[in-house]
Amino acid sequence: MGDEAIALGAIDAGISGVYAYPGTPSTEITEFIQTYAREVRSRWCSNEKTAMEAALGMSYAGKRALVCMKHVGMNVAADAFVNAAITGVNGGLVVLAADDPSMHSSQNEQDSRFYGKFAMIPILEPSSQQEAYDMMAYAFDLSEQMRVPVLMRVVTRLAHSRAGVKPKTPIAQQGLNPETDRSHWVLLPGNARKQYASLVAKQSEFISSAENSPYNKTVGNNGKAKLGVVACGIAYNYVMENLADNNEVAVLKISQYPLPIEQIKALAARCESLLIAEDGQPIVEESIAGIVGGDYSLQGRLTGALPRMGELTPDNVGEALGIELPMPYVAAQNVVARPPALCQGCGHRDVYNALNQVAAEYPDARIFGDIGCYTLGALPPFRAIDSCVDMGASITMAKGAADAGVHPAIAVIGDSTFTHSGMTGLLDAVNDNSHITVIISDNLTTAMTGGQDSAGTNKFEAICLGLGVDPEHVKVVTPIAKNMEEITRIIREEIEYKGVSVIIPRRECIQTLNRKLRQKKANQA
Amino acid sequence: MKNDIILVGVGGQGILTIATIIGDAAAAAGLYLKQAEVHGMSQRGGDVQSNLRLSTEPIYSDLIRRGEADMIISMEPMEALRYIDYLNCNGQIITSSTPFKNIPNYPNEETLMQELKSLPHVTAQPIEEMAKEGNFAKSANILLLGMAAKHLKVLSADQLRQSILRLFASKGQAVVDANLQAFELGIKVAE
Repeated sequence: MGDEAIALGAIDAGISGVYAYPGTPSTEITEFIQTYAREVRSRWCSNEKTAMEAALGMSYAGKRALVCMKHVGMNVAADAFVNAAITGVNGGLVVLAADDPSMHSSQNEQDSRFYGKFAMIPILEPSSQQEAYDMMAYAFDLSEQMRVPVLMRVVTRLAHSRAGVKPKTPIAQQGLNPETDRSHWVLLPGNARKQYASLVAKQSEFISSAENSPYNKTVGNNGKAKLGVVACGIAYNYVMENLADNNEVAVLKISQYPLPIEQIKALAARCESLLIAEDGQPIVEESIAGIVGGDYSLQGRLTGALPRMGELTPDNVGEALGIELPMPYVAAQNVVARPPALCQGCGHRDVYNALNQVAAEYPDARIFGDIGCYTLGALPPFRAIDSCVDMGASITMAKGAADAGVHPAIAVIGDSTFTHSGMTGLLDAVNDNSHITVIISDNLTTAMTGGQDSAGTNKFEAICLGLGVDPEHVKVVTPIAKNMEEITRIIREEIEYKGVSVIIPRRECIQTLNRKLRQKKANQA
Repeated sequence: MKNDIILVGVGGQGILTIATIIGDAAAAAGLYLKQAEVHGMSQRGGDVQSNLRLSTEPIYSDLIRRGEADMIISMEPMEALRYIDYLNCNGQIITSSTPFKNIPNYPNEETLMQELKSLPHVTAQPIEEMAKEGNFAKSANILLLGMAAKHLKVLSADQLRQSILRLFASKGQAVVDANLQAFELGIKVAE
């Protein structure tokens, strides 16, 4: 799997730590390292920002560190990420962002390459699993050579796609060698200005590295061509799949940024028009428009040659290249959508049954949801939540809505999401004595991503009390059908309480429970 | 020579296990392989799909182009229909004929089966019942793999058998035997 290739590449590049919060499609990278490289520090972090900072600390100490997250995690880590470009690094630091065009498991399809450009650091975008493996060592070398973090960006179709990979000789971890120069790391304005000037000055080195990168290359027609294609990352595969027997088109493969401007100018000069194929948002298309000038014939996602949203496929890229395949079958008639649903036996089901029962008595009730399996409570048969925006937003949106006069304002958040980004919002609500009811639906794991450890397990009552929730209004229940009367009674009581209350329905995820039972059975056999 | 296969089913039915076995056999045979799958949200009772590409030549795209798939292997009849526009003109459909109804608007079963059977190159069997009768209820997916084996031109049945042995070894002899029996029945059914 692409994720596993990245993980193995990082292990073989001598990392001493991987820091991450689970998020599809990035989760398997850290899981692989946890399974196969016990000598690498790899405990799950509370969120992407704590992960990014811990990795920066390891880099500060002179060792190589990897940070992994899904694209929206970049928003959470952004403060640390952008400033890590200003401090620079000591040991190599690679940030892996797994984007999800087409939103297979996400709430948006933001393109992490913007973050790399924003932070002004080199970006790598592998086109294949082998390249993902090879690029890890390259990325760490580049990071140490340029003294900045390097962003590696992949998409779902690389992260979750399998192919054979040939590993290389692993290199050893680096020794402890903490930074001694404080001026790089204490970002008071006086120091920060110097550091930023140094980052700006490095830009030409970054471009020159991309111009000479082994991962940026031209293939196909190398003379005058009617059409040239700039193929970024995985888009290169879709282009080549369609151009297998075609030598008329000139192709420039881009897997390292900032853009190699001279290579693009050279391609544009020998082609009559360019097609830009990039998975995600049209960041390269916009940049190239600036390089080749307004009169040049440029095609891509912005012009409609490729779809403006959704992932690239060999089909839509083929169409943009003007290649048509015979399709002997038309789409079938008797097919309907089959959306995902909460598992049978899942505790979240009982929570929503109870909530729906109580909410029916309060026509003005609003239920603010959050990110996790329990977001599926939005779909039939429950249709139980009114919003789901970002990690932790259930509590803070409930607070804001309650401030505006919404009652009852109820937040539903999972255990792992609560420790990721819910705790600070709960503190806001406690300090303002907001009239909200928070339900922390605790299944003792990070379930949506496959059952990773949840940072707050066994600590939730203590966390809520520590943040100042009145002990009388922290209630724990077991979400099973026979407790329905007790649960609905408690929800009603807490809705009527004029302050912050927290209800914690706690029952282990049915998936992790079954997995443990199967494991036990296999061990006995 | 290449084999482009689309594997489909409902989350939890075991299509990724089929993909893993074919993938293992392909790797052992030194074939080029690409297998794309989607995890996460879709696993919870939603439709699951995997593109599996095997070839004696290097492969570029992780995804199969529409009109180029050699085979659809499906654990569920409606899911088999979902991707028929990906098939090439000789494309095979190997599917379970037992609907998995976890949605309220599942199409009329008779009409659905009619549409399925109107297509050329379809092998549809009630694999779950057959697996139950054979006393290997949990190996219906491996039975389906057996049914598909003769259309896997780049791999022999024996290469697949070896992979079943390898991949289930850690789960005990009983599990290995059940899966091998299911596989043999699948081969027999498809003859």
